[in-house]
This record gives sequence, C-alpha cells and structure tokens, in this order.
Amino acid sequence: MNPVFYILAAFTLAGALAAILLKNLVHCVLALTVAFAGLALLFLELDAQFAGFAQILVYIGAVAILIVFAILLTEGSELPKEGVFSNTWFVGLVIAAGVFAVLGWAVLQGVRAVPQQTAVPVVTVHDIGNALVGRYVLPLEIVALLLTAATIGAVIVAMHEKEGPR
Amino acid sequence: MTYMTTGFATPLAGYLLVAALLFAIGLAGALTRRNAILVLVGIELMLNAANLNLIAFWRYGPHPEALTGMMFAIFSIAVAAAEAAVGLGLVIAIYRHANTTDLDKMNRMKG
Repeated sequence: MNPVFYILAAFTLAGALAAILLKNLVHCVLALTVAFAGLALLFLELDAQFAGFAQILVYIGAVAILIVFAILLTEGSELPKEGVFSNTWFVGLVIAAGVFAVLGWAVLQGVRAVPQQTAVPVVTVHDIGNALVGRYVLPLEIVALLLTAATIGAVIVAMHEKEGPR
Repeated sequence: MTYMTTGFATPLAGYLLVAALLFAIGLAGALTRRNAILVLVGIELMLNAANLNLIAFWRYGPHPEALTGMMFAIFSIAVAAAEAAVGLGLVIAIYRHANTTDLDKMNRMKG
C-alpha cells in the first residue's frame, strides 16, 4: 500500500462526504466533482488508464455539468426552510451503516481467499478497442441503442408540455 | 511489487474497503437527503463505488489480459450516464408539475 493510495482515497471520500453533507446544492456538485476526480486518479493508480480518462470525460465533463444544469433549472441554490435532510434521516443512516458493516466484514473475511496478481497488466488502448469491436461488440451495440433511447427519452420527459386547456 | 500481508494491507482489500465506504456514503446520501437531485448524486456515488470494485478486481485478478472487469466498468460508466440523463429529466419534469424537488412533499401517490 503506497502513500499515493491513501492520499487519493482520503481525497475521494472527503469529496463524497462533502457532496452529501453540504447545504448549498451547487457546493454539493463541486464536492461531487472532487470525488469523481479522485476516483479517476484511483483508476489511473490501478493502471486502468482508459477507464480513468473515460471517468474524467463522462463524469466530470458530462454528468457533473448535467447535474448543475438540473439544479439551476429547478430550485437553484436557495436553501429549503425545513432543512436539507429528510424526516426519516436517522433510519437511512442506520441502513447505510449496516450495509457498510456487512460489506467491510465480507471484504476482510473474503479477500484472503482471492489469489492476487501483483504484476502490472500490459493492456493498451489498442487491445481495448479490439476487444470492444471483437468479443464485446454486442454489448457495445446495446449500449449505443440504450444511450440513444435514453437521450430521446430524457428530452421527451423534460420537454415543455403544450399550452392548452386542462 | 511487494506488499505486507499483515492486517488488511493487501492492495485489493484497501481498494475494496474504499469502495465499500464510498457505497455507504452514497447510500446514506440517497436515503437521507430531501432534494431529489441529491438523491441522484448519491446513486451516482454508489455506481462509482461499484466501478472501483470492478477495476480493482480487474487489476489484481488472475487474467487481466481478458479485460473482463475493465469492459464491465466501461459499460457501467455508459449506463450510468444514460441513467443520469433520464433521472435528471424526470426531476425537471416533476419540478414543472409539482413546483418542488423536495421528496417529502411528493406524497401524492400514497397507497
């Protein structure tokens, strides 16, 4: 475990915590961007360059901007009077803590049974491209169809309703 | 590369624990926040935690050259982008209709 991992993990987790704890929605998205960037750096640390740069392009470049647009199109950064956490926040916190306890227990118990490769995998973008249009061509086409359908669906759902008598 | 085998100090366990913590943070956000957009943010964090698991297993698994975990993560990123677009479209449509994004006030479909 090298120190870079600890720094990146702390960076990512701090960003994620800030994203769900801050009151102002725009600040939340900024913290979320920090978490996404930390994850992209963790991917790079794991020698997954392609996934790391895809993470930067898709999440920081598209999803974060999309969320900012959604926030500004709805309530903006004004603070709600009732507070930012729901009435049943304690139940949610207990459920999340329970899930983390189970996941952490499973990781600590099960990780010894997994054989671990420590050699750096030699995978180039060329190999990834070949795999995408070779063995994984059907999932690739399905994802293309899904993205088209999702884009059209999102536009139709968010489109202005026609003015007229109700 | 060498690593200690005391405690949880294998690299894989470290990444898996970070992913588990990230998942729990995302779940807590999705379950406790009032604003629908912040619930979507929590869901995105959970999806990202799953991606981190996939990449970590790919990196430390027996056959990284088969690219299975990497491909799974890339497709998962694409599906998460589609999910974000549709989810935020729905939030905007609901905001037009109900004039709020507060989930505690969206209680018109009580069974």
